[in-house]
Amino acid sequence: MIRVILPAHLRTLANVRDEVRFEVAAPVTQSSLLDALENAYPVLRGTIREQGTRRRRTLVRFFANGEDVSHLAPEIPVADEVARGLEPFVIIGAMAGG
Amino acid sequence: MSGIRLLVGTRKGAFIFTADGRRADWKISGPHFAGWEIYHLKGSPVDPNRLYASQSTSWFGQLIQRSDDGGETWQPLGKDFTYDGTPGTHQWYDGTQHPWEFKRVWHLEPSLTDRETVYAGVEDAALFRSNDGAQNWQELPGLRAAKGKLWQPGAGGMCLHTILLDPIDPARIFVAISAAGAFRSDDSGETFRPINRGLISPYELPDPTAEVGHCVHRLARHPSKPDVLFMQKHWDVMRSDNGGDLWSEVSGDLPSDFGFPIDVHAHEPETIYVVPIKSDSEHFPPEGKLRVYRSRTGGNQWEALTKGLPQSNCYVNVLRDAMSVDTLDKCGIYFGTTGGQVYASADAGDSWNAIARDLPAVLSVEAQTLP
Repeated sequence: MIRVILPAHLRTLANVRDEVRFEVAAPVTQSSLLDALENAYPVLRGTIREQGTRRRRTLVRFFANGEDVSHLAPEIPVADEVARGLEPFVIIGAMAGG
Repeated sequence: MSGIRLLVGTRKGAFIFTADGRRADWKISGPHFAGWEIYHLKGSPVDPNRLYASQSTSWFGQLIQRSDDGGETWQPLGKDFTYDGTPGTHQWYDGTQHPWEFKRVWHLEPSLTDRETVYAGVEDAALFRSNDGAQNWQELPGLRAAKGKLWQPGAGGMCLHTILLDPIDPARIFVAISAAGAFRSDDSGETFRPINRGLISPYELPDPTAEVGHCVHRLARHPSKPDVLFMQKHWDVMRSDNGGDLWSEVSGDLPSDFGFPIDVHAHEPETIYVVPIKSDSEHFPPEGKLRVYRSRTGGNQWEALTKGLPQSNCYVNVLRDAMSVDTLDKCGIYFGTTGGQVYASADAGDSWNAIARDLPAVLSVEAQTLP
């Protein structure tokens, strides 16, 4: 069971209050994880990855197992702890504000 | 008794104001979509309870929301604004060519006759249409074929901010873009042509009378006179009596002819309103006095409307989509400011009341007159 933590705006949009959980077939990659997330919550399409290109939006970052994985290739398997549901895959909006 | 619904888009959400026909007591709901930029909301003339909202942030992109119950509940719908074919390039600030990139929807314009049809004006400038109530969008590429490579962004981005549908000739569509100019289609959006003859932009363009490139801030017109157009350009207030074929300046005795919104009285086609702003580098009212100017002669002769508006130390702006009129008698007029105030007049601008003072910066105001 994959666990994903969404930023507040996207939790509101997806109408969820806490982390979301769903199954992803192995091997779990960033790409397959995000595909599954968008299939479970279609309203999130285009909010994390660009429509069309499916590239990570510029002001969105990904963290897994305490590391910034925003710039890893989408087809690289995610950390084993994330794939096994021991750690969440964290999506955040880039820092902004004072 | 008739009522008014005001749809107010702000930097941090949408607000819906309602009042009965006296327009004295206002109820405010919101923020809807709290924390998101709501560039524009508009109701369908066919079904006033059908509302559309453009919701976006730089972080998470564009969403389109639709309500079928007057804003009580909302449903996110289609947000895929993919340009037709290879997007190509337009002129960048430094004169180089730059790829066309979708950023956001600035303006939504529901059809005057079909409940399911709605148009969207976007940045980077293009016109999209949905025929299924905003579930799917298709670009009308004939617009960007009108010398799109020469268009350039203004300070706010290269936005398509005005869409005027013709109540008499359904094939005719006017749009305006900063900084490209005004364009007209006579074939339901298949093709467009620039309608900028008479515009002069000596401070912005190397060729002040260029066919495209003018920074048009807003167009307005009265539905009973669809060939008479009014324009607030970057500098200059303009009018055309022939559907944009030729423009003439009607700035007359305004204290500044820079500004953003322009609107027309609901029952007097030659009565128009602007909000003069000091300059393109000082986006606030001249002398710190917030004044709406009204011309009852279609331009040139203007009167300041000040009763109820701050006349000292006022340094807000009024953005291009942030003024609207209702169709009651007397005509109501409304505008919002970057300082978060929403002002209403129930007597065609003779006097004003602040019906909200502390909203986030107001991006758009649309008035709906309800039966």
